[in-house]
Amino acid sequence: MSTPKEKPLYISIKTDLPYAYSAGRPLSRFLVALRDEAKILASRCNQCSYVLVPPRAFCTQCHKLTPELVEVGPRGTLETFSVINFPFIDPFTGLERPVPYGYGIIKLDGCDNLLPHFLDISDHTKLAIGQRVEAVFEEKENRTTALTDIKHFRVLI
Amino acid sequence: MHRVAIVGVAQTKFAAEKIDQNYAELAYEVVDSLFNQLGIGHSDIDNIVTASSDFWDGRTISSMAVQDAVGAWLKSETKVSSDGTLAVLYGMMRILSGSFGTTLVLAHSKSSEGNQTMLGNAVFDPIYQRQLGFDLVAAGAMQARAYLEKYNLTEADLAEVVVKNLGNATYNPNAQRAMSITVEDALKSNLVADPLRELDIAPNSDGACVLLLAREDLVSKFTDKPVWLTGVGHYQDNYYLGDRDLTTSKSLEKAAAKAYSMAGIINPRKELNVVELYDTFSHQELMWSELLGLAERGRGIDLIRSGVTKLGGELPVNPSGGVLGAHAMFVAGLVRVAEAALQLRGEAGAYQVEGASKALAHGTVGPCGQTHCVWILSNEK
Repeated sequence: MSTPKEKPLYISIKTDLPYAYSAGRPLSRFLVALRDEAKILASRCNQCSYVLVPPRAFCTQCHKLTPELVEVGPRGTLETFSVINFPFIDPFTGLERPVPYGYGIIKLDGCDNLLPHFLDISDHTKLAIGQRVEAVFEEKENRTTALTDIKHFRVLI
Repeated sequence: MHRVAIVGVAQTKFAAEKIDQNYAELAYEVVDSLFNQLGIGHSDIDNIVTASSDFWDGRTISSMAVQDAVGAWLKSETKVSSDGTLAVLYGMMRILSGSFGTTLVLAHSKSSEGNQTMLGNAVFDPIYQRQLGFDLVAAGAMQARAYLEKYNLTEADLAEVVVKNLGNATYNPNAQRAMSITVEDALKSNLVADPLRELDIAPNSDGACVLLLAREDLVSKFTDKPVWLTGVGHYQDNYYLGDRDLTTSKSLEKAAAKAYSMAGIINPRKELNVVELYDTFSHQELMWSELLGLAERGRGIDLIRSGVTKLGGELPVNPSGGVLGAHAMFVAGLVRVAEAALQLRGEAGAYQVEGASKALAHGTVGPCGQTHCVWILSNEK
């Protein structure tokens, strides 16, 4: 077969596959508490007392059921962070998120694990590992029963 | 227990966009190359294990697209939806089960066909992480920051990894990104996700890799240069990023300990001759080296500064250029195994480590190295 002159083709197909992901009971209560009360709930293991956010039905440390939910935060400590400079298409809106924006991983007061979330980077000079931060909630009418009902974490002075 | 050896390997050149070939054609290229090398055909293959991802390939049961290309008709083909190093483990287990004498192991991936940021985002939990827009690069950047801070390292230390590996890649004809540059040059590349720059981050690649495993009594039928699988460890860590200490990886430490113990290795730094690591980001070569016991925690950088891990050094790490030179998802770990095998066969060309007899190949998958697989290979039984 001689080499054809035409370029190989791309056949573009946009695959739209809707899912409804079951959140489970602890995570459902967590999302409702964010939306209705601006409270952050975590699960506390009644075997080993490990506190996990977002709450889980079972403990990642001792593998027992963790039915108890406790309130944690809204303040915590910044464990690490990054300022993102590449454009990202929001998987939920399909729109490009404006850059730059901040991500942080936060150890909420009262928690044993960490919560990755958006970080307010309006004052870049205050970003540092070990910095104290606080959850800022969306206005109540803008909340959507999602983790993003916490708008971001802001650095405390 | 039977021993299992790698009796042949083949890989494509890696490139950002291999528009001339679809998945099946990429797979066919390497399988045909392997068959020609060994003078064998479809009838010599007892079973096939492939590595690929449904999301990355944009179809369910992604291996179905390559089944004809790997010669899987009227045979048993099965898939890992994970890194190629785990396909090697699965392939070896299928031989050790007694059911098969040979396993063809293939991984294929085309980064160019999907949106890598959106695919990286889909790795995360849909309810409590995806909405934040995390992808693998953003997660890697936060790990890099935490690691640098904990051990008082700088971006210039990361640049030394970039300079070494992209320099090594200039000797590798299959590499996608190869550069002879200085630390100053590397520090001028675009800041993508602070503290990671463009050159600190593996490129997105298209390509495929294959190897053939054989039970010891069949090895001589295929080659007089077998590479024996003498040790392996595979462990994983918690899924959720917030459940892990990103400055370390207990799963890698455990995987290394298991592999060393199986292979009878007591001092990896002295006993290994060559290492191929899956470093998606520059800081991970330092972290993984330390966790593999090649340096004290936080001192992986000394291996580079003292020249130990450079090409021609005492223990070259990523002489092929590693994943910073080419990164086809799920394929890159299999390439590490293939590159280690080439070194032990004395077939690594311009980046050959002279006299190498023991090698380590490492694969990882999941954000910030959730899952690790460590292989020890030897050209002595």
